[in-house]
Amino acid sequence: MRIPVSWLVEHLGFDEVPTPDELAEAFTRIGIEVEEVSPLGPVTGPVVAGRVVEIEELTEFKKPIRYCKVEVGPEQTNQIICGATNFVEGDSVVVALPGAVLPGGFAISERKTYGRVSQGMICAADELGIGDDHSGILVLPTGTAQPGDDALELLGLNDTVLELAPTPDRGYAFSVRGLAREIACALDVPFGDPGLVEIPEPEGEAWPVDVEDRAGCSRFVARRVTGVDPTAPTPWWMRRRLMLAGMRSISLPVDVTNYVMLELGQPLHAFDAASLSGALTVRRALAGEKLTTLDDSVRALDTDDIVIADDSGVISLAGVMGGASTEVGDTSSDILLEAANWDPASIARTVRRHKLPSEAAKRFERTVDPALAPVALERAAKLLNHCAEGQIKPGRTDVGAFALPEPVSMPIDLPDRVAGVRYARGVTARRLGQIGCQVSVTTSEEGQTIVTAVPPTWRADLVQPADLVEEVLRLEGYDTIPSVLPPAPAGRGLTEQQRRRRTVWRTLAEDGFVEVKPFPFIDPSVFDAFGLPEDDVRRNTVGVLNPLEADKNVLATTLLPGLLETLQRNLSRGARDVALYNVAQVTLPRAQQVPVPALGVDRRPTEAEVASLQAALPQQPLHVAGVLTGHRELAGWWGKGRQADWSDAVEAARRAGAAYGVTLRVVASDLLPWHPGRCAELRVGDWPVGHAGELHPKVVEKLGLPKRTVAFELDLDALPLDDHRPAPVVSAYPPVLLDVALVVDASVPVQSVSEVLRASAGDLLEDIRLFDVYTGEQLGEGKKSLAYSLRFRAPDRTLTVEEATAARDTAVAAAGERLGAALRA
Amino acid sequence: MSGANDPYDPKQVAALSAENLDAAVQKAREAFAGAADLEALAAVKPGHLGDRSPVLLARREIGALPPKAKAEAGKRVNEAQSAIKTAFDERFAVLQVERDERVLREESVDVTLPWDRFPRGARHPITTLAERIGDVFVAMGYEIAEGPELETEWFNFDALNFGKDHPARSMQDTFYIAPGDSQLVLRTHTSPVQARTLLERELPVYVVCPGRTFRTDELDATHTPVFHQVEGLAVDKGLTMGHLKGTLDAFARSMFGEDSKTRLRPSFFPFTEPSAEVDVWFPEKKGGAGWVEWGGCGMVNPNVLRACGVDPDVYSGFAFGMGLERTLQFRNGLPDMRDMVEGDVRFTQPFGTEA
Repeated sequence: MRIPVSWLVEHLGFDEVPTPDELAEAFTRIGIEVEEVSPLGPVTGPVVAGRVVEIEELTEFKKPIRYCKVEVGPEQTNQIICGATNFVEGDSVVVALPGAVLPGGFAISERKTYGRVSQGMICAADELGIGDDHSGILVLPTGTAQPGDDALELLGLNDTVLELAPTPDRGYAFSVRGLAREIACALDVPFGDPGLVEIPEPEGEAWPVDVEDRAGCSRFVARRVTGVDPTAPTPWWMRRRLMLAGMRSISLPVDVTNYVMLELGQPLHAFDAASLSGALTVRRALAGEKLTTLDDSVRALDTDDIVIADDSGVISLAGVMGGASTEVGDTSSDILLEAANWDPASIARTVRRHKLPSEAAKRFERTVDPALAPVALERAAKLLNHCAEGQIKPGRTDVGAFALPEPVSMPIDLPDRVAGVRYARGVTARRLGQIGCQVSVTTSEEGQTIVTAVPPTWRADLVQPADLVEEVLRLEGYDTIPSVLPPAPAGRGLTEQQRRRRTVWRTLAEDGFVEVKPFPFIDPSVFDAFGLPEDDVRRNTVGVLNPLEADKNVLATTLLPGLLETLQRNLSRGARDVALYNVAQVTLPRAQQVPVPALGVDRRPTEAEVASLQAALPQQPLHVAGVLTGHRELAGWWGKGRQADWSDAVEAARRAGAAYGVTLRVVASDLLPWHPGRCAELRVGDWPVGHAGELHPKVVEKLGLPKRTVAFELDLDALPLDDHRPAPVVSAYPPVLLDVALVVDASVPVQSVSEVLRASAGDLLEDIRLFDVYTGEQLGEGKKSLAYSLRFRAPDRTLTVEEATAARDTAVAAAGERLGAALRA
Repeated sequence: MSGANDPYDPKQVAALSAENLDAAVQKAREAFAGAADLEALAAVKPGHLGDRSPVLLARREIGALPPKAKAEAGKRVNEAQSAIKTAFDERFAVLQVERDERVLREESVDVTLPWDRFPRGARHPITTLAERIGDVFVAMGYEIAEGPELETEWFNFDALNFGKDHPARSMQDTFYIAPGDSQLVLRTHTSPVQARTLLERELPVYVVCPGRTFRTDELDATHTPVFHQVEGLAVDKGLTMGHLKGTLDAFARSMFGEDSKTRLRPSFFPFTEPSAEVDVWFPEKKGGAGWVEWGGCGMVNPNVLRACGVDPDVYSGFAFGMGLERTLQFRNGLPDMRDMVEGDVRFTQPFGTEA
């Protein structure tokens, strides 16, 4: 909310008005955020009021240009070129004369332009640094000033606009009234509340009103002013304040309602009474009803929208925006003013539904003081009377009622206990009184001193002791709260799972992968590029209702799409050898989507209720995935390097598993988007936990990736937390090293040969390592030779070659028996 | 050779004469000194120390000498042979050192050749920052809590005292999960972990939760729709706002140096009352040390405690939350938040595995 300092201090009893910066600091200290402090101007030099005497339209230019005779002082008339057309002869305007300097260092001089000599400039409001209206030049209401009057004083340029952002719980602070009260509390100065004034007793009703929906409208007040001069202009002082607050001047009745809203915080609406037909009804909209709002949009109403209707149908979207059919127009002289209290939640829903935020709705959503409506109407009616000779009719319609806020009691030292401060005696009661509470202090039966505060009508936010505590603490200043470390509890450190995840995270980086964090939003068409069958489980996604990018509207079930997109970005920026990884949750819908149970917040949910909340959530396991392309070992002076291949992906996955404390088994698999002959399924025991290998050539082609791009993905949450406690016994006796070459069918996986050898060689086998794989004519079609080196060792003696050889032969025999392996001749 | 019975004078056996032996020693020394390397030395060795060398040949004559003369002649030959051996060994040692030095010299390489054989990996700075923050709090006795990113509205809003239509709900522009009535959202903050923690753990609790969060902000230099927060929550008997301040000050010092501190400004969050914005004094702020907005905090709202079954008359607590991207942005002086999300390896690599 923007507010000029001159308006803010109007109701405050300062001996000496603080500087704008001091006011800003005071606001900040008590929790009203200051977004900007904008001094007006600076404007220097001769800027005066002028009267347009004669307008000559110059037609030889592409746009309309006026050459005006402007009276700028007693017997002084200047000729001025002007590009605006929103004024007529006789209008009162503001003229910057040669020698004046306007905001932004804009110096005015006599100069030749459009073929004429221009002796000054007729100013628009923004050129003078008042608001940002540049829709035309500033035309002052008749009688505001005489030609030659100093415009600096007239325009009130010695002023500063504060832009303030009260938090949404403080509805009262969206007004001059509320903000001035905050300053009164912050700086301990007297405050005259413009919202607490006596209003005259009414005589009868102003208009027949039927509030059908009391839940939506707790109070509806109306006042009628007739005989309003429709030609009466908005007085300059009011226009100036509206402008500085960032509102456009529209017409006197509308300006009056806006002015009173800014001043008191009560939004008002002005109806053209002549356009109303019959009694007003407040109700929810009926299915199918429509309303043309003031902005000329036709809006289909929802049955949850609160509306005001007359015999013609809906005429206003209550609390949000009025209707066009009953709008106050150029000829309206019979004005029905309305002020009401609308249900904040309903207003919030209507605003969201129709995407129609308005100044009025902003205040209603944040709760408006329920005692304020008649006061605000009186103020508005008087302004119409004062500015346009309107006759205030004696009737007032006032339907509904409001309850006074409930009293809140607390031990008087609660603020001290929450803050960890000993406040001076009487501080709590004094501060609560200062914000408008009725305060009483009593002693409980236990001898405790209790303070009871009845909050003022504008503080619907004060409902529990903690709310009162905050008021005391913030007004006393958070800077008086000491800095004390709480006594340290004994923590248990990271969990096993957290430590192992960290190790995985670090291992991949140490192995040359760069961590990236793509968004989880993906375009489901990526699964077509992956070639996934229609019933592939990864296509079963959770959708986002309001995605930022329309096509990326589902949550990732695999980390690969995000990684591959990031890979593409790096490649498009010139990278060639790239290894990326990501550790993130994926979102997997449950087979049966369980609805979220309706739970209150007045008590702890039961275990069953917590379980049902949990069951309503999709599964979100933590995955780790990586992609590689280009060189794994770079080319350089040492040689040609090595291109990343499928085995790098498998190795990375297995190292990630090992970092988690799990040995991953590898089984040949065939899962898109991987190459059907180069895809490994990774398992813990027989339980699959991920895949690794080279991507399918078609997928690579469709995604425009380099050939032989490889990838892996593991479900980290599927890895067991094996209790890893090795207790190795290290023998100091010498080993016996034996090599063996076995010929098997090419289709036999190496891992199974290795496993048979290891399992059959007995306890003397210390280590086994495949050091060569050979295929060739000598072996015959469909055969391969596997060369192993075996290391045998005994724990308690020097092993003989005969013993080791016997163990090796047993292992070879087992491989022969189970896998058809033969010793290579 | 003389006859067996002739009177024998060793001086008359020329080979055993002192002059000849001295000459042999002298010759050997010259030959060894003239050998330029170990190979040349090996080549001249047999001529002076071999079986046919003059001194060895002279030794053979000793046997023919009368017993009286044998001892004297033997001594002379031994001295000569020893001198030659010493000369050889000395020369050998010198040449061996020379050879070793040459070999090492010849094997030297240009160690400034590039050694970037394997591309370097790196962790994302947000990850390392989150870990570091976790470590700071673990050292204070806290534990690290976790929660799902796709969350029920009950945890994200209701349990945190956001009224159904309270404007605070729209304060945090929420990604909603389809269908429209799912009552599921992408969590807008890490605060739902507060409620989860209170439901899952025994009191007292001291936890932090770093995690990924979501709001419908368009990506620009200072906003990203997917970002990270760290949440802190302590619920115990007798906790005060002073304890909150002390904890935040310790946190600030661990992040921004010993001279750092925090300032609280009154604010509003539905789940804390009183609430505050946290500013941090950042000594290395661009343009000079100053306050930087860092996050939000406050005393846990009794309504939140109640919704989680904690008696607010017995327990009190504090909570705080900071954005990690923002922290990293001003801590490291990063101009554009987009770099943190685009995944360009040139951004991440300089951070290494520890930021």
